[in-house]
Amino acid sequence: MAVVEVKNLVKLFGGVRAVDGVDLATEEGEYLVLLGPSGCGKTTLLRTIAGLEQPTSGDVLINGHLVTALPPRARGVAMVFQSYALYPHKTVFANIAFPLRAAGMDSQARVRKVNWAAGLLGIDHLLKRKPRQLSGGERQRVALARALVREPLVFLLDEPLSNLDAKLRASARDELKRFQDEIGTTTIYVTHDQVEAMGLGDRIAVLRDGKVCQIGPPVEVYDDPADTFVATFIGSPPMNLVTRDGVLVGFRPEHLLPPGVTVSPDRVTISLAVDRLEYLSGDRHVYGTVTGVGEPTRVVARLGATVDMPVVAGETYDFEVARNRLRFFDAESGKRMDSVPV
Amino acid sequence: MTAVDVPRRRFADREGALAWVFLMPSVFYILALVAVPFVLAVGFSLSDVTAGDPSFNWVGLDNFRAIFDDPVFWQSLGNTFLFTTVSMVLIVVFGKVLANILVADFRGKWLVRFLVLLPWTTPVALSAISWLWLLDSIFSPIDWILRQLGLLGGQGAPLGNGTNMYWLGEPGLAMASVIAVHVWRLTPLSAVIMVAGLVAIPRDLDEAARVDGAGYWRRMFEVTIPLVLPVAAVAALFGAIFTFTDMAVVDVLTNGGPNNATQVLTSWAFFRGIDGGDVGQGAAIALFLFPLLLAAAIAILRAVRRMEVQ
Repeated sequence: MAVVEVKNLVKLFGGVRAVDGVDLATEEGEYLVLLGPSGCGKTTLLRTIAGLEQPTSGDVLINGHLVTALPPRARGVAMVFQSYALYPHKTVFANIAFPLRAAGMDSQARVRKVNWAAGLLGIDHLLKRKPRQLSGGERQRVALARALVREPLVFLLDEPLSNLDAKLRASARDELKRFQDEIGTTTIYVTHDQVEAMGLGDRIAVLRDGKVCQIGPPVEVYDDPADTFVATFIGSPPMNLVTRDGVLVGFRPEHLLPPGVTVSPDRVTISLAVDRLEYLSGDRHVYGTVTGVGEPTRVVARLGATVDMPVVAGETYDFEVARNRLRFFDAESGKRMDSVPV
Repeated sequence: MTAVDVPRRRFADREGALAWVFLMPSVFYILALVAVPFVLAVGFSLSDVTAGDPSFNWVGLDNFRAIFDDPVFWQSLGNTFLFTTVSMVLIVVFGKVLANILVADFRGKWLVRFLVLLPWTTPVALSAISWLWLLDSIFSPIDWILRQLGLLGGQGAPLGNGTNMYWLGEPGLAMASVIAVHVWRLTPLSAVIMVAGLVAIPRDLDEAARVDGAGYWRRMFEVTIPLVLPVAAVAALFGAIFTFTDMAVVDVLTNGGPNNATQVLTSWAFFRGIDGGDVGQGAAIALFLFPLLLAAAIAILRAVRRMEVQ
């Protein structure tokens, strides 16, 4: 049974359709990531699930119960906010104990529960401090402990890593994943960062303009994007798209390679006039214009560190793409379509 | 012209001198309207200056001895504390409640906001005179409403069988009336200060508390009020100072009566010093405001500092 189920959810802000008919269902213990650019409605969707926003129409079900009209406290959800929203005037202990006091738990049980959650997150030694005296990573752990202590049916995380600096973000992401593996609680995670989404999610739901474009495991979303938006939103650099007779031919930069690198026997040769090179952490990003596939289009090729063929700006090379790596989209709707001969 | 045109250093570039020029108006203002009167007051309090005889003769602490011997002074001092304490508490509490109304989002809120701010923007003499009529001993509309509700007049009415309450005639009621009018006047100011504190609280915190399962009152007392406390202290400071130094409400409503029941330090100093013409004694009484105000200001600012350090 789905832990959280959203049925044809619509949320209007004035005339803006922030969430525009979303259907979603999480599986037990699943890590579902809502991914999309800012303004795509992912945070509104999460807040509607939490009960902080009332949907204009549609329903939210948690553990099979209809909770659309219920306040947040009656839904059995716990939320970690982007800012962590720790109570600044309370100690770490009081912060973690707050949901338990609200639930009317007696003080002995409270102390036991707080110590359990603090131990799990390794913040036992911080319990007497105030949030102000904590580092960003420590604050995240306190926020997680406060969410965990209620043993919710589902965790809702709203961009919890975006307040951390880049270095801390990688380790905090790792910690989040291990934490969820250990607890096994269903989690819905909102982010605009595709790296976080790919790294954390069991499944990713890509949102745009309040609609779900595609939902599936990271590999599927990356390799088989449902439309050109998903194809170009995920991947860095994004998928190359070349127009050919009303069809967009797509291929990822890492699949556009010099001859001899691609092992697949069925390859398409593409002429690439190189105009610029970038060296990025071992990879070479080769910018140039392709001709021969369709209309001349500027594309990017990403050559891994093991590809050592010399490439010079100003020259034209014959590159190759394995035919099974080509993806085709309707030029008008941007939707995925069947292969056409190239 | 043969030489290079060297840019001249203008007066506006000399920041040190400019700072003095900009500061001078306020320095002059403070000296003329605060420092000089204060020094004069100290001087007068040690002299026998009266309205009829402005010549300065040193009398030492005679004026202070005289006012200490006067029971009305002690009554005024007590009244001032009662007036200030009760008003301050009510102003802060009502200010918080009004602030919640002001930040809420509802239909027609601009009208409510306008009405809420009206008492503060009305000149005190004007509003106090309106209240004088509302509290009139015979024609009070409040009494009329109480009579219509059956609370006043007639056999066994809860507020007595007389036809009027005599709001400004009974000592206890007079003090209550003065406090009520003063609170009515200053609550909007405190509400506006509190609004600034309320909107400064991140919305996340309230939402986090809602998800954490806290109801309205728990969120109010455990999240909102602790976070708004430093600002509430500022509102209390303003409330205390404005109450402490106010004599307009007392002067218009009761003139200190009945029988000095609503006499406060400011009104007593005015009656003694200006109406009575004994400038020396008036100054001595007024000087008592200074240490008390200073102590109040220091106490509240310290409370704010302590909260910030925590």
